[in-house]
Amino acid sequence: MSIEGQVRIPSGCAITSVFSKSGENISGRLVVDSIATMHERSNGLGGGFAGYGIYPQYKDLYAFHIFYDTLAARQACEAFIDRHFDVVNLSKIPVRKHPNIIDEPLIWRYFLTPLPTKLKDSQLDESEFTKRCVIRINDSIEGAYVFSSGKNMGVFKAVGYPEDVGDFYRLEDYEGYCWTAHGRYPTNTPGWWGGAHPFALLGYSIVHNGEISSYDANRRFIEMYGYRCNLQTDTEVITYIVDFLHRRRGLTLAEVASVIAAPFWTTIATKPAEEREKLTYLRNTFASLLITGPFSILLGFDGGIMALNDRLKLRSMVVGERGDRVYIASEECAIRVMEPDLEKLWAPRGGEPVIVRLNAGAQGR
Amino acid sequence: MLIQAKDLPFRELNRQINAAGEQSVTLQGVMGQRFIASGLKGKDVEINGIPGNALGAYLDGAHITVRGNAQDATGDTMNEGSIRIYGRSGDATGYAMRGGSIYVQGDSGYRAGIHMKAYSAKYPVLVIGGAAGSFLGEYLAGGVIIVLGIGHEAEGKAPVGYFTGTGMYGGKIFLRSAHVPHDLPPQVDVREAAAQDREEAYAHVAQYCAYFGGDPHQLMEHRLLVLTPSEESSYKQLYCAQ
Amino acid sequence: MPKDYIYPEFEIVRNEGRCTVCRRCEEQCANRAHAFDAATSRMTAEDARCVDCHRCVAMCPAHALKIVQSSHTFRPGANWTRDAITDIHRQAGSGGALLTSMGTPKDYPVYWDKLLINASQVTNPSIDPLREPMETKVFLGQKHTHIQRDESGRICTELHPQITLATPILFSAMSYGSLSYNAHESLARAAQELGICYNSGEGGLHEDLYHYGPNTIVQVASGRFGVHPGYLKAGAAIEIKMGQGAKPGIGGHLPAEKVMGDVSRTRMIPQGTEAISPAPHHDIYSIEDLRQLVYTLKEATDYKKPIIVKIAAVHNISAIASGVARSGADIIAIDGFRGGTGAAPARIRDNVGIPIELALASVDARLREEGIRGSISIIAGGSIRNSADVVRAIALGADAVYIATGALLAMGCHLCRSCHLGRCNWGIATQLPELVSRLDPEEGKRRLVNLITAWTYEIKEMMGGMGINSIEALKGNRLMLRGIGLTQKELDILGVLHAGE
Repeated sequence: MSIEGQVRIPSGCAITSVFSKSGENISGRLVVDSIATMHERSNGLGGGFAGYGIYPQYKDLYAFHIFYDTLAARQACEAFIDRHFDVVNLSKIPVRKHPNIIDEPLIWRYFLTPLPTKLKDSQLDESEFTKRCVIRINDSIEGAYVFSSGKNMGVFKAVGYPEDVGDFYRLEDYEGYCWTAHGRYPTNTPGWWGGAHPFALLGYSIVHNGEISSYDANRRFIEMYGYRCNLQTDTEVITYIVDFLHRRRGLTLAEVASVIAAPFWTTIATKPAEEREKLTYLRNTFASLLITGPFSILLGFDGGIMALNDRLKLRSMVVGERGDRVYIASEECAIRVMEPDLEKLWAPRGGEPVIVRLNAGAQGR
Repeated sequence: MLIQAKDLPFRELNRQINAAGEQSVTLQGVMGQRFIASGLKGKDVEINGIPGNALGAYLDGAHITVRGNAQDATGDTMNEGSIRIYGRSGDATGYAMRGGSIYVQGDSGYRAGIHMKAYSAKYPVLVIGGAAGSFLGEYLAGGVIIVLGIGHEAEGKAPVGYFTGTGMYGGKIFLRSAHVPHDLPPQVDVREAAAQDREEAYAHVAQYCAYFGGDPHQLMEHRLLVLTPSEESSYKQLYCAQ
Repeated sequence: MPKDYIYPEFEIVRNEGRCTVCRRCEEQCANRAHAFDAATSRMTAEDARCVDCHRCVAMCPAHALKIVQSSHTFRPGANWTRDAITDIHRQAGSGGALLTSMGTPKDYPVYWDKLLINASQVTNPSIDPLREPMETKVFLGQKHTHIQRDESGRICTELHPQITLATPILFSAMSYGSLSYNAHESLARAAQELGICYNSGEGGLHEDLYHYGPNTIVQVASGRFGVHPGYLKAGAAIEIKMGQGAKPGIGGHLPAEKVMGDVSRTRMIPQGTEAISPAPHHDIYSIEDLRQLVYTLKEATDYKKPIIVKIAAVHNISAIASGVARSGADIIAIDGFRGGTGAAPARIRDNVGIPIELALASVDARLREEGIRGSISIIAGGSIRNSADVVRAIALGADAVYIATGALLAMGCHLCRSCHLGRCNWGIATQLPELVSRLDPEEGKRRLVNLITAWTYEIKEMMGGMGINSIEALKGNRLMLRGIGLTQKELDILGVLHAGE
């Protein structure tokens, strides 16, 4: 059977998240319990988590999480890493054996920083240099796959139900200001660990529920800008789009949302002149990055989270708040299990982003 | 108004020319900027230096003086106005021009006056003081081209290159020469200028002398050949319906 | 002489029982195929004059007429066909190149028919276009690749000049001269009502049509007929015609007898003179010269009009398109070799060029490889026959499509491929006043509007089926296509998977 990257595999899913605006530490256990309530939305073929603020001791270093199929892949990849980065720390990611999680690859973690000479020669900034190295590894080193590459954040994913995946990675041992989680329902996959969600690049991580109909239009456009959609998944292309628009083109997240979930022309026509011009400009300029079809995404980024539904709102999403905590999930039950006593609960409208950031001064520790 | 063109990109230079409104402008230090006075109406533009390609394209009534040589495609599809060049001009001078006049003091490159056409009151005039390159008046459909061949009188040949008037189907070419180009296509007739032809040519020669000096009467004391498309042999009969 | 006698290709069959000898057929046929025989008081027919345009058939009040293909035959042979034999007889008799019109009838592969369109099932929802929002609006023109902000951080929203289309279809270039005034006016009126554009073609723009400017593309071809600053500024965009799919590498020629009256005025050449468009633009002998022409047009119109460069689909199309995309042009129009023409040498039309499907797929892929697809829009033309072809073209990578033969058919053309004779009985490809008056511009407009409205609905229905509610999400979305009965090479060029994969 073909794995992600050899064939395009549509999937349905469950997503959930928790965020502390004041940067308080939240145990990974909380979000594992949350995603477990939506067991029926997954089918045991993928689960994963992203935690932000989890590596304060290395917060200025990139944390690479890498799957290796073979020892040879690890050696090839580490040779590449040594040529491009200064590795400050490396280790296996600690896991706990779990009867439902099988066929695990080698799972390694590296804290590293680009070699100054290489970086200077490349004439790129640090993030672009690192992004290119990640894409290079995933594109060209057989059996090696970088599935997490941000600073002070990490992705943990596997084939299995998400609650089992959480146990496997011992997420109760991690604490962060933000967690997102994903339970996957792919229509066909032999179960490749790299194909699970979240998908991440640098500090961006995405969990997504739905199947987009614009996929190939989006993919073929974004690949013009140096990205390679090796997995052929929605999550991958959406992450690249966000990286392109937000990091490289400097759009605000709200502007990013008005590209990928652009309002209908009839809606744009009702806006005040200045906004209308801006929306028209963005929609026209980045026409090929409009995403159609059902999606609900949670985008984690350094210091914040954005939730966004497609413009027709074909997928469910609810938001709850209490104190400094914000909870976003596919179903209300996944929020209530984290916080039964919410101050506020609402369902965002299609195409309207919910953006939550750390309060000024809050560092996530 | 004086515009220092040195180091200005063409777009900025043209913006400044347009911004001058109806005021005439003098450009200093022009060095290859293209599209000068493109589509420009009624005012004078004096150019010092070397204007770039497509000088005066779609010109619509402005008068351009070039104190120097002009490059290629001068007066492309020009509609009205005048261009006079105190020097030589490059290839395709007056391409598809429909009206107005271009006077070149010296030589012109390949394909001068290609596909010029006349319509109603519009009658394009192209006068080349020196010699013209090959394909002079190719596809000529209307208007008049005059090649004076000044300084080339002793060469023993017409002051043109090869393939003069090829594909010509209208208009008129004057050659101030005693020599018929050896390779005129069968579709082009050549004859000695009659009194009426000479009268027509004189007006333009006088204008040439007014611009660049010289005595029109003296210039006209020379044999003058007239090239026109042949009535009998044309490019018809090449097709049959399938 | 008898050697050149060619038995008529069509036979006019008259049902004598139905014929009332009203002589309508005689009156309607500009080719004079019908005549009244006073001696017998019956109608007679001259089959050799019939071009199979169906005017008489459609106008016969008694439905007494039909046109059939002659069963007269040479000794059958797959190699020396009837056409192959008669072409030689014609040329041996006349010494002329064969002249014909409209798109090639030859049996080349039509890749549209080998591309199947996707629909959603379960994993994502299809959409009902009648009841849910469905967007077909398209902007054509260069897009910025970087965002500029002012001091206060606001995005600078000034765009390169754009064409806005309510639906991704334009009427492609057909000149006034090759078409009648009424046909041009029908196209102009329809474009205005539909919120799309028609194209003046290379014969200038009739002064009475200037007020359709916002829906007009004005064309600049090598003949530069009727081109002056006012004309350039009159339209929504300017198209440089470098080539035409039906006759790549060939110029154009409107015979002197058609250059009369308003045609002469509009082309700005004297009555009764030949209107010759040379094969190349003689100011463009290389790609950098194209850039020069693009910028003369931009300078002459103050950078307010997008510039389209139209090229014929030929072997090296993707490299050419890449050059065009870097010439400063805003839009590239690619015309496939099955496209129509008002007159073309038959050998050129039937043998030169490549199909639009392959050309489009290859150009779109090449421009993406080079990272410049965003800086130019693509219009694909050359035998777009229905809304499914439009969907396929856009999924392959076009921003919009050009249609011309389809538009002519809507106005009443019956594709008799005799435009070059100038006696179009439907009043479309003729300048004869009594024929031109047969086409009422209002009626022509109504039928064009009907056609595009119907197509647009069908496009929305197919998009809805795919779960796509905006046309931009279909553009280049090749996963929405699957090939059927194609070789791996063809699939690779088209960039699609085979059905079942």
